[in-house]
Amino acid sequence: MRESFDRELQRLEAEIIRMGSEVEEHLTQVTAAFVERDAVTARRMIAADEAINERRIQVGLDALTLIATQQPMARDLRLIAAIMEIVGELERIHDYIKGIGKISLNIGPTPVLPTIAAHMPEMAETAREMLHLSLKAFAERDKELALRVPAMDDKVDFLFNHLYADVVAYVMENPLGTTHANSLEWALHNLERSADRTINICEWVVYMVTGVYREMSMGEYESPPAA
Amino acid sequence: MSNVATYSTNGGPYAIEAQDLSIYYGSFRAVKNINLRFPTHKITALIGPSGCGKSTVLRAFNRMNDLIPISRAEGVILFHGKNIYDHDVDPVEIRRRVGMVFQKPNPFPKTIYENVAWGARINGFKGSKTDMDALVEESLRDAAVWDDVKDKLNQSGLSLSGGQQQRLCIARAIATRPEIILMDEPASALDPISTLRIEELIQELKKNYTILIVTHNMQQAARASDYTAFFNMDADRAGYLVEYNQTDELFTSPKNEMTEQYITGRFG
Ligand SMILES: Nc1ncnc2c1ncn2[C@@H]1O[C@H](COP(=O)(O)OP(=O)(O)O)[C@@H](O)[C@H]1O
Ligand SMILES: [Mg+2]
Repeated sequence: MRESFDRELQRLEAEIIRMGSEVEEHLTQVTAAFVERDAVTARRMIAADEAINERRIQVGLDALTLIATQQPMARDLRLIAAIMEIVGELERIHDYIKGIGKISLNIGPTPVLPTIAAHMPEMAETAREMLHLSLKAFAERDKELALRVPAMDDKVDFLFNHLYADVVAYVMENPLGTTHANSLEWALHNLERSADRTINICEWVVYMVTGVYREMSMGEYESPPAA
Repeated sequence: MSNVATYSTNGGPYAIEAQDLSIYYGSFRAVKNINLRFPTHKITALIGPSGCGKSTVLRAFNRMNDLIPISRAEGVILFHGKNIYDHDVDPVEIRRRVGMVFQKPNPFPKTIYENVAWGARINGFKGSKTDMDALVEESLRDAAVWDDVKDKLNQSGLSLSGGQQQRLCIARAIATRPEIILMDEPASALDPISTLRIEELIQELKKNYTILIVTHNMQQAARASDYTAFFNMDADRAGYLVEYNQTDELFTSPKNEMTEQYITGRFG
């Protein structure tokens, strides 16, 4: 009985890691597609969202079944709670990825503003690295690592703020580019929110290890900085 | 967010200052070693032959060059004692406090009212509708276009004449309450009458703002500015500052032979 419980927990944990690395890859790929105007990849990212949604639901249902049938306690219970929350965060990060893919298709073949093309991949890479480390912290039960990741969000926010400023300046000079600028801002915002979501993952890792849930993100950019 | 405000030294003699400023596009150095400071509430004209880097220098003062990823600034631009290129400076804040008017009038395809309100809103204005109405009117008045548009605030900004459009764009820049206004050949797309009206307006604006204006029109520089900076291109194609002085001095007794040749139309 206990053995099959442990095996099932391990399976769910492994599924989180697999989903997580797919989401990581898609963060990089959708951003590259966005700045390179690669519609094929953008479409693939949008299409991939369906499967992520289904896997999230499956993980959630399996976790509920475990709770109902095994009455897990203490550390086991916290692990299951973390699994259910983290899978939700992964699913939402992928929604942002899908969002960027859709915006990319809307823009069509027009090249994106050069400053975006130059710096958005760095923003995505930082968000991807944050996600990678938060999942590593999860897999290794590494509370210290989970506590360190949120500071990386400063870099994402910094790039976001500067790119946002550049988009505003671009509109000032090119009022007819407002639609393009709007699209860019949405895409940047999606990326910025993805990074925030990785902080939520870290919060659940800390909870899982210590039993204490502590808010680590400031939720700074729930609305555009200059709106 | 920006640390610029902390360094505020209101009423200082210079509104902004470049120290040993060089600007590159990739490996090409477009301007080099510029040292220049701009007296508060004065008009300074930047003149020089085409391609010598006037626009490049001008756009450095509110970090518009950030939009060009291959461009890079070396040196310092001091604004209230703070280098605007420091890592912790917020470019939104800089561009609000150092406004810009472009060569071609570029109103938004929106109403006259919205054109002015948008400028304020995107830079963080959060007042009521009444406050906004007041700000729009005041900005349009300051830009000397209120009488032309007061009865048609809901018409498109694009329905105006070229000269009116440019004054609308100046109103849009004023609406963010900047300290400095950068103007890159603001009258070059306009007829002579509209050009004169813009020049008169600029004279009015200096009561409240420090103005940096790029112009290729020597008469305009001589008529409309207090100080003039003459740039030229070196053998390596990098622009540099040849001479800076009060406008009347520079145009009557230039110190440099190159300035003399340029203002008398002998090259460029
Ligand atoms: N976006 C750019 N990319 C590369 N080179 C540029 C760019 N903008 C301007 N330059 C170069 O920089 C030099 C100065 O240009 P500019 O500042 O526009 O001069 P000016 O305003 O005096 O005519 C020129 O050699 C120009 O070709
Ligand atoms: Mg120019």
